[in-house]
Amino acid sequence: MIVINERLCKDCRYCVKFCPKQILETGSQRNSRGHFYPVVTEPEKCISCGICATMCPEGAIELPAKGDE
Amino acid sequence: MGEKKFMKGNEAIAEAAVRGGCRFFAGYPITPQNEIPEYLSWRLPEVGGSYVQGESEIASVNMVYGAAAMGTRAMTSSSGPGISLKAEGISYLAAAMLPALIVNISRGGPGLGSIQPAQSDYLQATKALGHGGFHAMVFAPNSAQEAVDIVYDAWEYAERDRNPVLVLMDGCLGNIMEEVELPPMKELKDEDLPEWSLSRRNGRDYQGNITPIYTELILEGLNAAAGEMYKAWEEDDVKVEEFMTEDAEYVVVAYGIASRVAKEAIINLREQGFKVGMIRPITLFPFPKANIKNLDYSRVKGIIDIEMTIPAQMREDIELQVLGRCPVYEYGRSGGVLLDDEGVYEAIYEIVSGGEIDG
Amino acid sequence: MAEYKRSTLIADSPSGYCPGCLHSLATRLVSDVIEELGQGDNSLNVISVGCSALNILYWGGDFLSVAHGRAPAAATGIKRSNPERLVFAYQGDGDLAAIGLSEIMSAANRGENFTVIFANNQTYGMTGGQMAPTTLIGQKTTTTVYGRDPATTGYPMKMCELISTLEAPCYVARFALNSPKGVREARAGIKKAFELQLQGKGFTFVELLTNCPTNWKMTPLQTLDYMNTNTIPYFKPGVYKDTEVDK
Repeated sequence: MIVINERLCKDCRYCVKFCPKQILETGSQRNSRGHFYPVVTEPEKCISCGICATMCPEGAIELPAKGDE
Repeated sequence: MGEKKFMKGNEAIAEAAVRGGCRFFAGYPITPQNEIPEYLSWRLPEVGGSYVQGESEIASVNMVYGAAAMGTRAMTSSSGPGISLKAEGISYLAAAMLPALIVNISRGGPGLGSIQPAQSDYLQATKALGHGGFHAMVFAPNSAQEAVDIVYDAWEYAERDRNPVLVLMDGCLGNIMEEVELPPMKELKDEDLPEWSLSRRNGRDYQGNITPIYTELILEGLNAAAGEMYKAWEEDDVKVEEFMTEDAEYVVVAYGIASRVAKEAIINLREQGFKVGMIRPITLFPFPKANIKNLDYSRVKGIIDIEMTIPAQMREDIELQVLGRCPVYEYGRSGGVLLDDEGVYEAIYEIVSGGEIDG
Repeated sequence: MAEYKRSTLIADSPSGYCPGCLHSLATRLVSDVIEELGQGDNSLNVISVGCSALNILYWGGDFLSVAHGRAPAAATGIKRSNPERLVFAYQGDGDLAAIGLSEIMSAANRGENFTVIFANNQTYGMTGGQMAPTTLIGQKTTTTVYGRDPATTGYPMKMCELISTLEAPCYVARFALNSPKGVREARAGIKKAFELQLQGKGFTFVELLTNCPTNWKMTPLQTLDYMNTNTIPYFKPGVYKDTEVDK
């Protein structure tokens, strides 16, 4: 399961676009810099593929190793 | 006792650089300095250094910038047109506070000018080596031996100040063959690499960075610190030779090759009973202001600026010290035409015997 | 992907890049690869001028910031005097393909043993979106307001194609960062380039097709589509030279 570091997000929405399970969406909250950031709508459907982390320009999405979750 | 050799000025500079610790050279061919890169192309690899023939003067000085950032003693050499191209990189060296040696074996100018010797780059060297209002120490030796001694210690100044150093000579001194006594090889150790260098051979285990870009207040502070450094040079680092000035009624001011020709003329004029002396700036920046300012103007009747360029470029620096207390004259040849003994003798003679030239 | 942890070679804060800027992704990729190779302390980033210079406040490893276009020259001086270091220049397209064309071609031709990461977004982003040597035909910029016209400005320069004509370079490749596949391939390409450098094989060049949402006047998502339909057909991704394979 991914971890979103909302503080680093700039709301480019690449993660939302590329999530193969379409379980990321832009939330209604803003971070300290005024950007909306994504939320996981159905965490149980996350397959930890890491595509969102791959596409995040800022490295705001991390995928902890199994066991660290 | 050092090793004595009969060497061309340019080659003597190159060998002195190696012995002074230079381990990186990048340059681009241009007359009349070609013996420097040619010599270093085989000499540097012998001592574990690196030589690169750059694709341009611009690239070469930026290679030096990279090597200098690693704490490597690095240099480049060129002549007027090439120094203009290096202006960007020299300015960046000053901005990033990187030590390096730049050698200008100057020739006739402006533009492509001529490939024959001339002292046409005084203003560029002392006033604006590049954009941004910085200065480098400018040394102007007048013999192969003096060039050796200056180049050998150039990095001591450059590293002390974290600032580039310029050695300004002309095509005559670069190509003249003279006996030189070579100093021993300086042994530089990795652990002595400056703390600011990006090398990690000195054991640094934290992030290092060097940049020529600053925020406004930091840049203002660095500009001010540079200004203080230039003032300190005037206090501590002026190098000058005075020749028969104690009783002189006329004082020649000349540097580099012009000072050698002028000295001959002065000796001859002294034999005729004319009280002529000479102030020879060895550092053009810092300029030996005090030597000229503090002359006894109740005795001194005139200052004669002799340069191998027309119009004289050092004249304003001289006049700022004389402040109208006596006339300032100038004499020179230009465009690659050499100063000769007779011409200089006659020019000084005319002034000291009551006539005037180009006052 | 088994796990992903943000590299400590970039600052623990947002980059200086605009939202959706793939420069930012390129920088992150490079930092990931260096960390994976265990070269964090040994790496040295030669930061050029343009948006690439935003890395001055973002890059957490050793770096030298240099004059516009001169990164391959400075990297030459660095690598020649400290061959043990993993040295890479990070340059944009105005920097590399216009003012620095001489430096990049000559360093490549000498086979200097360092890596150049070339972020190609077809514009001068830092100065406000002027035409770059890589701007596409018809692409509007602040200096080609009706679109780039080859009659007066020529054609977009293909740097991978140019550099791969030289004998010395050992790895020349182009990747597009607008898809997960492209990013994964780019990461592998960067890793390969760095490994070749660490083995002392010679000059390596990795071009990364990026975007500029701000100056292309598009949303980040629109730029990804624009890249698919315009950039990638002209600047074709692929490995242009690999002397290990070509032998």
